[in-house]
Amino acid sequence: MDYLLSLIIFFPSFGALILGIFLRGENLESNNNAKLLTLVSTIAPLIFSIFIFPNFNSNVTGFQLVEEYQWLMGLTYKVGIDGISLPLILLTTITMPIVIISSWKIEKNVKEYMICFLILETLILGVFCSLDLVLFYLFFESGLIPMFLIIGIWGGNNRVYAAFKFFLYTLLGSILMLFAVIYMWTVSGTTDITKLMFFDFNSSDFELLGFNISGGIQSILWMAFFASFAVKLPMWPFHTWLPDAHVQAPTGGSVVLAAILLKMGGYGFLRFSLPMFPDASLIFQNFIFSISVIAIIYTSLVALMQKDIKKLIAYSSVAHMGFVTLGIFSMNQQSIDGAIFQMISHGIISAALFLLVGVIYDRMHTRDIDFYGGLVSLMPKYALFFIFFTMANVGLPGTSGFVGEFLVLLGTFQVSKLVTISASLGIVLSACYGLWLSRRIIFGNVTNNRLFGITDLNRIEKLYLIPLIVLTLFLGILPYPVLEITSNSVDLLVSHLTQNLK
Amino acid sequence: MIKFIIFAPLIASIYSGFFYKKFNEKTVLYFTTSLIFLSALLSWYILLSFDFSKVETIILIKWIESGSLLVNWELRLDSLTTIMLTVVTTISAFVHFYSLGYMSHDPNWETDEKYKPRFFSYLSLFTFAMLMLVTSNNFVQLFFGWEGVGLASYLLIGFYYKKSSANLASIKAFIVNRVGDIGLALAIFCTFFYVNSLNFDELFLKSQEISKKNIEILFFNFNALEFIVVLFFLGAMGKSAQLFLHTWLPDAMEGPTPVSALIHAATMVTAGVFLVCRLSPVIEYTPIASNLIILVGTTTAFFAGTVALVQNDVKRIIAYSTCSQLGFMFAAAGIGLYQAAMFHLFTHAFFKALLFLCAGSIIHSMHHQQDIRSYGGLRKKLPITFYSMLIGTLAITGLGIPLSYDLFHLPIGFSGFVSKDAIIEGIYASKNESAFIYFLIITICTLLTSLYSWRLIILTFFGDYKGKIEHFNHAVEDSRPINITLIFLSICSILVGVIFYDIFLGKNAEYFFSQSLFISPNNTVFYDLHYIPKWAKVVPFLAMIVGLFLALSFYVIKPILPQIFSNNQKILYRFLLNKWYFDELYNFLFVKSSRWLGNFFWKTGDERIIDGFINFISLTFIPKITKYVGRLQTGFIYHYAFAIFIGLVSILTYFLVSIGG
Repeated sequence: MDYLLSLIIFFPSFGALILGIFLRGENLESNNNAKLLTLVSTIAPLIFSIFIFPNFNSNVTGFQLVEEYQWLMGLTYKVGIDGISLPLILLTTITMPIVIISSWKIEKNVKEYMICFLILETLILGVFCSLDLVLFYLFFESGLIPMFLIIGIWGGNNRVYAAFKFFLYTLLGSILMLFAVIYMWTVSGTTDITKLMFFDFNSSDFELLGFNISGGIQSILWMAFFASFAVKLPMWPFHTWLPDAHVQAPTGGSVVLAAILLKMGGYGFLRFSLPMFPDASLIFQNFIFSISVIAIIYTSLVALMQKDIKKLIAYSSVAHMGFVTLGIFSMNQQSIDGAIFQMISHGIISAALFLLVGVIYDRMHTRDIDFYGGLVSLMPKYALFFIFFTMANVGLPGTSGFVGEFLVLLGTFQVSKLVTISASLGIVLSACYGLWLSRRIIFGNVTNNRLFGITDLNRIEKLYLIPLIVLTLFLGILPYPVLEITSNSVDLLVSHLTQNLK
Repeated sequence: MIKFIIFAPLIASIYSGFFYKKFNEKTVLYFTTSLIFLSALLSWYILLSFDFSKVETIILIKWIESGSLLVNWELRLDSLTTIMLTVVTTISAFVHFYSLGYMSHDPNWETDEKYKPRFFSYLSLFTFAMLMLVTSNNFVQLFFGWEGVGLASYLLIGFYYKKSSANLASIKAFIVNRVGDIGLALAIFCTFFYVNSLNFDELFLKSQEISKKNIEILFFNFNALEFIVVLFFLGAMGKSAQLFLHTWLPDAMEGPTPVSALIHAATMVTAGVFLVCRLSPVIEYTPIASNLIILVGTTTAFFAGTVALVQNDVKRIIAYSTCSQLGFMFAAAGIGLYQAAMFHLFTHAFFKALLFLCAGSIIHSMHHQQDIRSYGGLRKKLPITFYSMLIGTLAITGLGIPLSYDLFHLPIGFSGFVSKDAIIEGIYASKNESAFIYFLIITICTLLTSLYSWRLIILTFFGDYKGKIEHFNHAVEDSRPINITLIFLSICSILVGVIFYDIFLGKNAEYFFSQSLFISPNNTVFYDLHYIPKWAKVVPFLAMIVGLFLALSFYVIKPILPQIFSNNQKILYRFLLNKWYFDELYNFLFVKSSRWLGNFFWKTGDERIIDGFINFISLTFIPKITKYVGRLQTGFIYHYAFAIFIGLVSILTYFLVSIGG
């Protein structure tokens, strides 16, 4: 099993390659073949990723299943995983088949659509596995392209504006990160992440144009990475691309965006900002706390006022990501465990919510909240799923949403009481917008005549929603298997931080 | 066995929620009800046979582990738990049984809508969550139960989902409770900060030590333990509808009446009292927080009593009465007389469930008319309900023989008399500086209780009928489950006070509570309450009689009096009728302002400032890129994306090769 990781990473692209070369024509049969082939190419990595477990020892700190080869022009291909990346890899491999099944109804440019998703999966998995800085950067930035295409080609009416906004925002961040990457290489002489983690970047203050830069080079590098990750996550005030991108993206695109792509930002903070720039991370801790708290309260309030279901859920995602950054920069075991758990949990729950929006959008072709109302009488099963995931999104104990938020706030309280108290307002606000949304589309009387005749969930829709319910409940009631995977790596990270910070 | 008691309701809930199509609807409902009855029987067995000199804990499975934090799914059995177990399962079983009759016809639903299994499923789910709450051995599982009952309450209040008012009430209940839950959550974080564990016992062990520490937030300095207790109490206030967080309870009456009886009278709302009693080892070291608890308790008792005087909806009157009685319980817990708080919780569960179910019976026979102004003269039409409600009223107002304890060493009277008088005597006897003022307020509350309860009885059952005549003619008590439940609960309301006095407040109390309550040596109120002056013991009884006479003179002898009163005291009347204007105030303070803020952040923050900035950059500084937008729309999107990708890669490789190589 020496090539397990590479197999998982590149299998979807292999599927895409076959699709691109061998599949011709735009008829029903070839479309179906394309879908089936894509499904196989996404389920295979899921099965392979289960094979990680016998080879992965959660008691070992550091990276496992490492592969290292020389690549063109002196670059290195190095991949490996630890307890922080493994849950995210699983999240990706579980989500992708669900996305493909949910896209079964796509009729326009099926082949290209599927190729985009397959390549996207490779790039995302590459991000979570890379142990080489340049490799990471390549994966991280190229992920933009397929997503950009998905929004721009298969999106809604205003897709070009949204795709453009998405692109511009993310590109802005990545250029700064590119300079940081180059600088880091020149200073340390290596692009190996495992070595960079223990490289001591200079953190003594210096003067620039009369300003004292506390934290020195580390601070500058930290900010460059921050620009990229903060846009990806997204953090307030770099979040305005997300609602637009979600609204315009097709359902499958929204699911991948919310469930996985956002997590790359959080992962970046954990993999780079904290271990490589510990002093700068501490310097910027209060800054992160402030914008996280603002994000939680501000975007929750904005979510309350939305008229478009997808926009509402998009804003709620930003609020939930606020908890993730809060957890990461509280820098203790519980908060970081919680942040990782929150990322996984939000991946599952937001995926489910976007899929549910997709279900009614497919039937009625509108996401306007006022259009709906009283769906419980017409679609009782749908109502059950919707209420379940709303409650999970609200963070009801017993669902996975609770564990992440709870651990994050518990950990943050050890660092700053005021921040925790302010952030806990988010607990109430999330209930406000969540229940208010359910009230408007699920409950009440059916007032819109056009809703009559809407059909309840069909078999395929149940097929992809039920696994998500099972996961949400499982992680809510028995979260410790996931926490066990992460705990040692987080422990290593925390002790590395405390050593550096003294 | 304890596992069966707790998980039987969960099984019942899943069974009736998901499998009612596979089996006959009736089978499902009866099976669900019998499971809960079985649970109730076993709980009584545990209460009567348990060895209270020890605490029993059963670890089910590991839940959360992160660093030094370890939380298990765990069941704890001690006297507090067993009391709650019996109360919850018994009332729940009878409410299930009662619902078989009450829910059989419902004008809110079409004939083909299967609403009954859903209703029973929610009821059982509630029972499960409540049992998880009371048997938890750590704060996280407590929080699970806490929010779980909140969920069930949300679902049941909004049960008539076609009604807009029911939906709004359910949201209000959930959100107001969540405000309290913030307090509870912060208390949990704070506990972990000091104790490094979230098990009850660890906090109890260290409480004395923590009481010497200070916590600093912003520029304020608090005693750490007081801070924790106040936060916990905030959670308790939310769940138990105490002043400032009470607004959800009257609205919660939108749910079906059996729900109001089970959740919003007998069990869920008492969770706050349970929590405060559970924390007795901590509260004994926090004099300031205890004072706050008494203050909030008595104020709520007074506030709710005054509002109940002028309400016209039969269920709202009883809801405010619940709010007021919960205030009594908190007052008792605040002075350190946890036994009396638990005792009143116990007796209150029976007589308040009885009152609500009587109200349900009236509503059921009166075609869902709830306004007492259209009742009257129903005594002959609904005799069982009348006598049951009379018994319930005698119990809540506290009819008994004053000074009987001094004569027989056992107070003799209806259940409410036994438990409530203990609280009032305890307040008189307590060492609190303002004890006498609290005593006076509570006595006035007793008067109010009597007044509004008798007003309800007189307007409903006596005098002339004032509603639609066909409702009156159709009014019958023909549902056997309803009648049996009323009779059973009536018997309980008469007897449980006298029977259980011994273990709660009598000779066996010390043994019974030995493991679950901690009473510090300075706290002697438990013994002192028997040695207060005789007049103080008689005063509550007199207040009750005065209330009765006031009610008689207002509504029987001179029915014009209330009219004159409300005309003369218009401002006071409107103030009470509008429940002290809390809803209006909150609407203005929180609902309106957050909507305004939300809109402001969205339109001004996101769209004008942030997007405006981005657009400015992209449209003014990079006009070239806008050309691409033009081309994008013509369909050359691949080329564009590909160009960027290639461009990026080449820039990157160029830099790497030139610098590194």
